Amino acid sequence: MDNRYLNVFLEESTEHIENLNSNLLNLEKNPTQEVIEEIFRSAHTLKGMAGTMGFNKISELTHEMENLLQEIRSDKLPVTSSVIDVLLEGVDLIQKMLDNISAEGNEGQVDIAPVVSDLRMFLEGKGEKVSTASNKASDKTEESFNEFEVRIMEEASKKNLKTWEVLVRLNEDCLLKSARAFLVFKALEKFGDIIKTKPHVQDIEDEKFENEFYIYLVTSKSEKEILDAVNSIAEIKSVKVKEIKIDEKTKKSEGAKPSPSAQSAPLPDKTADKAKIKHTTKTLRVDIERLDNLMNLVSELIIIKTRLEEQDRSPEHEQKRREALEYLARITSSLHDAVMKVRMVPIENVFNRFPRVVRDLSKELGKQVNLVIEGAETELDRTIIDEIGDPLIHLVRNAMDHGIEPPAERAGKGKPQEGTLKLKAYHDGNNVVIEVSDDGRGIDFEKVLEKAQSLNMVDKIQGKKLKENEILNFLFASGFSTKEEVTDISGRGVGLDVVKTKIESLGGTIEVKTKKNEGTTFLIRLPLTLAIIQALMVELGKEKYAIPLSSIKEIVIIEKHELRKVQNGEVILLRGNVVPILRLHQVLEIPEGESDGDILTVVIVKKGDREVGLIVDNLLGEQEIVIKSLGNFLKNIKFIAGATILGNGQVALILDINALI
Amino acid sequence: MEDIRQFVVFKLGEEEYAVDIMQVNTIERMMPITRVPKAPEFVEGVINLRGEIIPVIDLKKRFGLAPSEITADTRIIIVMLEDLTVGMIVDSATEVVQLPHDSIEPPPSVGGSVSSDFLEGVGKIGDRLLIILNLEKILRPGESETRAAM
Repeated sequence: MDNRYLNVFLEESTEHIENLNSNLLNLEKNPTQEVIEEIFRSAHTLKGMAGTMGFNKISELTHEMENLLQEIRSDKLPVTSSVIDVLLEGVDLIQKMLDNISAEGNEGQVDIAPVVSDLRMFLEGKGEKVSTASNKASDKTEESFNEFEVRIMEEASKKNLKTWEVLVRLNEDCLLKSARAFLVFKALEKFGDIIKTKPHVQDIEDEKFENEFYIYLVTSKSEKEILDAVNSIAEIKSVKVKEIKIDEKTKKSEGAKPSPSAQSAPLPDKTADKAKIKHTTKTLRVDIERLDNLMNLVSELIIIKTRLEEQDRSPEHEQKRREALEYLARITSSLHDAVMKVRMVPIENVFNRFPRVVRDLSKELGKQVNLVIEGAETELDRTIIDEIGDPLIHLVRNAMDHGIEPPAERAGKGKPQEGTLKLKAYHDGNNVVIEVSDDGRGIDFEKVLEKAQSLNMVDKIQGKKLKENEILNFLFASGFSTKEEVTDISGRGVGLDVVKTKIESLGGTIEVKTKKNEGTTFLIRLPLTLAIIQALMVELGKEKYAIPLSSIKEIVIIEKHELRKVQNGEVILLRGNVVPILRLHQVLEIPEGESDGDILTVVIVKKGDREVGLIVDNLLGEQEIVIKSLGNFLKNIKFIAGATILGNGQVALILDINALI
Repeated sequence: MEDIRQFVVFKLGEEEYAVDIMQVNTIERMMPITRVPKAPEFVEGVINLRGEIIPVIDLKKRFGLAPSEITADTRIIIVMLEDLTVGMIVDSATEVVQLPHDSIEPPPSVGGSVSSDFLEGVGKIGDRLLIILNLEKILRPGESETRAAM
């Protein structure tokens, strides 16, 4: 199968899944015709695409969902929370199969039968779901046809041909079942076209069926002719023929017929190349205007380059050359902006997941939570968007589990029973800020301190002197969780420390604000883009290193005697504050020794509230650098965050300040 | 035809080594290398290869052989293994040869200056012996080895 199409399929399906998720939630709150139409469209497209790609389970499942949606659309079925539940379950299953397709190229061993039977239960008007009956229901068969098959039938009926469902039962003691089936095929093929079989023709050939199978035949012959033809074959127990009318496809089946193949019977891999698909590349959908803009800028660059080449170098043309150069500089910087914009994606892509998460969690926890999303249009670099989802989910779960109180407790405090969880994104200078806030009980400083003491993070006497924000910092220490009872949702010991590490690895920071009984806000500050940063270039021996400007607080020049030795190393006093000193020469094992002057250059870097002074040999000035990864081979090198290419083509390494402090 | 494989032949000291040409991206002249602190000892550093940062290892150090002088013949062979692109410093890269499958023998378990773990086999052309490298083993050190090297 062509990988290109697969990628497009995956990309588009993911969009439809997101659509389904958010619209189903919307439907629950606001059951309008528009919303249901939207859902219907997504499900229908998904079914069609999956069918074309040969992903039969997805196509079958979406078909079932469509049937149920049809009932809702025609007002035959009320939108209840349990209807939405089962539809969402279906969406989850499709997502699971898509994940499998992305990873392995096939739908994997996902069993769609239980959900299908739940879906049918609603269709049959049994209303609320009875889980014990699910297996029984899946035995019922209602044959569904994909669009292609329906079209054949439509064409056929125009030509006065009929579609017959032929149910062939073989004798129980029949030995060569597939051979008998083959004879039946042979006989019927003479009459017209076999458009479908059940089980799949491949399974029939492999004898993967009990004693009966269905053939769907388009022909001009009559029922009797078909019956006679099949009955003339030996070892056939019985034959049943029924005409299929096209409009039956959306109606439910009249009676229960035992189905020879369970819905989940794995189809053998027909195409060997299916298995070959292992990796799908990451793609990014880009506004076409942005690309046009890039294209224009590139063509301008080419023009200006030719203009520069044509200039002769005589002094009288100096003026023109300089003009051309200035122009070139302008285009390059616009090009840079344009490329950066191509990488930008609205944070909506991440926020979209949350209505579902919040809905599921509030059911699970028995809390009422209203999710408010603001600033979903705020754009961030694709790399950050890809990584920020998990930390945010963690914070949201935390807020719902620890923060927002159960309805009764809220009522007791005079708060509205429904809690509010707010996700908000906005620009702030060169940063994007994401806030996750709740109006819950707030963080209990006493409890945090107690816990920190019990974990020996701080002793009793020191603990009393700690300021509030110092206490809150314990939350981000590894192995820290205040909730006594560990729930499924959050608080398994791995917690905020993981969130913090992730955010710092993205070049961001996280802080927390809290007020008792008023709520808690987590503030995540992220750089707009990861790829290009302002950095200070420094020299150590003969090597050059880049220090991200965002982590530099100031640069001080000190005399050697100002360095003071303390127990754990060296410090300097900076306006009354003690700042520990790191000798980069030692840390980075620089081959050349430190210069032995009396004057030392110290770059003060910060991480949260902590400051450290780095001794460097020379400052080479500020520069805009493009961050490049060191690649998989060197990915775990301590203290180095990446590399950049300098103007002279040499490589300079970027210091990882977070790892140094 | 399918039974013939092509190899890039290069020298480390006096011995001739070979890597499958399908794994070789390009062969570059020596260029400035930026040292990476805290990297395993055999990692020389990183280079800028037409805008891409590529790590470079010294094959002789990797094999535990004495390093040699950089000369005009010194080359960096850029090899690719699925998700890894790595440059390997060699004393010289000499030629490309074709070897039929049946002239490749498994590596001798003892003897030779390079641990047989790193080898895929030994190829014979006339009386020449080509030591064929197993890049997987060379570039993806096992867990324990990495830790020791760090």
